[in-house]
Amino acid sequence: MATAALGTAMLALPPGRALAQPAPLARAIPSSGERMPAIGLGSWITFNVGNDAALQAECTAVMAAFFAGGGRMIDSSPMYGSSQAVIGRGLATLGHPDALFAAEKVWTSSGTNGPAQIDETRRLWGVERFDLLQVHNLLGWEAHLDTLQAMKAAGRLRYVGITTSEGRRHDLVEQIMARQPLDFVQLSYNPVDREAEQRLLPLAAERGIAVIVNRPFQQGALTRRLDRAPLPDWAAEIGATSWAQLILKFILAEPAVTVAIPATTRVDHVRENLAAAGGALPDRELRGRIAAHIGAL
Amino acid sequence: MSEWWTYRLDDFLLFSPRVYWRLFEAHNAALWPLHLATMLAGLSLVVLILRRPGRAMLWTGLLLAPLWAFVAWTFLLQRYSGINWAASYAAPAFLVQAVLLLAAALMPGGPAMGRLDAIGKTGLGLVLAGLLLYPALALASGRPLAGAEVFGIAPDPTVLVTVGLLLTARGRWLAFLLPIPLLWCLFSGLTLLAMGEAQAWLLLAGTVLVALLGTLRLVRRGSRAVRE
Repeated sequence: MATAALGTAMLALPPGRALAQPAPLARAIPSSGERMPAIGLGSWITFNVGNDAALQAECTAVMAAFFAGGGRMIDSSPMYGSSQAVIGRGLATLGHPDALFAAEKVWTSSGTNGPAQIDETRRLWGVERFDLLQVHNLLGWEAHLDTLQAMKAAGRLRYVGITTSEGRRHDLVEQIMARQPLDFVQLSYNPVDREAEQRLLPLAAERGIAVIVNRPFQQGALTRRLDRAPLPDWAAEIGATSWAQLILKFILAEPAVTVAIPATTRVDHVRENLAAAGGALPDRELRGRIAAHIGAL
Repeated sequence: MSEWWTYRLDDFLLFSPRVYWRLFEAHNAALWPLHLATMLAGLSLVVLILRRPGRAMLWTGLLLAPLWAFVAWTFLLQRYSGINWAASYAAPAFLVQAVLLLAAALMPGGPAMGRLDAIGKTGLGLVLAGLLLYPALALASGRPLAGAEVFGIAPDPTVLVTVGLLLTARGRWLAFLLPIPLLWCLFSGLTLLAMGEAQAWLLLAGTVLVALLGTLRLVRRGSRAVRE
């Protein structure tokens, strides 16, 4: 049944259209210069489907559409229930695409338990090593950063990062960004959650730290709220055909942002998200108008 | 957890409502028609309490204990823990409750059932809600009947019926028998609330009601002791 569901979902992917899509905007990771498509794929809630074979197949179809559209970064965490196993199953089904940029997290208060958790996560993904490991929500960050830096030095990891979400602990995030040799910082940012603009985004630009934006749609709450209102005519000026695209274009127009990682369960939404990074981005004046308009709704 | 005041209830929700409700569809499909037996057993307990209250606790314990263990194993561990790691911690608590129910049924001085005052009648109301109303909530909420939550199969109605049955009892054992069911009602009620499901209020209201009744009882006992 799962195979049939995946087959149906894959049929919904017109290869011609996927190939015809322009490659999404790519941004350089400052610490290496490696270019990264600016739309990634989050897995918070959306990929936590347990043993439900039909839903697992849907997740695999989402991943297939993501890779077909030029996406690379998939992000998860031990906190996300079955998401890691679901990603691993999807990657195996898709033959472990070379394009994958595997971004994971370590999430345990014990520094001693970090390596074992990372090994288990690697087993669930079915990958030899991760491209990026981040300290999730700064939990046990000092010990874990030591572990991750040691892994990077030994060639067992390419990039090291930290994460926060929904504006929490920005003071500490700022301190760590200022003092530690980080490759990535992950934080929440969208037209209504703009606290990161004050200190973290300028600091990331100054220190050469790549920025991953999580919860661009506030876990769907923002787009659900906006869906009740018509998309303004001026959204067409930058080729945005949906609220989701307008939000993503707003985020990607911030130069310090490297990748936004919207999560979804739907193939059409993956395509829509990737397409947001494929056209014009708003200038400063239009970004202001987007934020004011969305904030007022 | 730092800056705990910045967290909302839905920050703790790890899964979507769609995934949660599909768990019950898969669970029911795997266990049908066992539901008929558990429903019949639940209704039989109500009749027993009304007709032969003296033997009710024995049969209540003998019936509920395996059902709590069964729900812990088949639902909490085999299904729910896959999307919510907290369920793997709840499962041992369900097993402890099973042991407590069995002990209360078999050991001398266990609870005496058949209390039919206002508290007891409230308990019977909860029992009937768990047995008859709970399965219908799926349809009322626009979900398929295949995903109905049934006593002895799914945790919430099993716990609600247990709480109701215990309210028809008297005795010191209740102080040991009620905490785990009430904690589950709170946990599951808050989970459903985070999912935006109205039926959360049934569990939360049940928890508050039982807590209020317990407090009232303590206050009455206290004032009686003062008079004596």
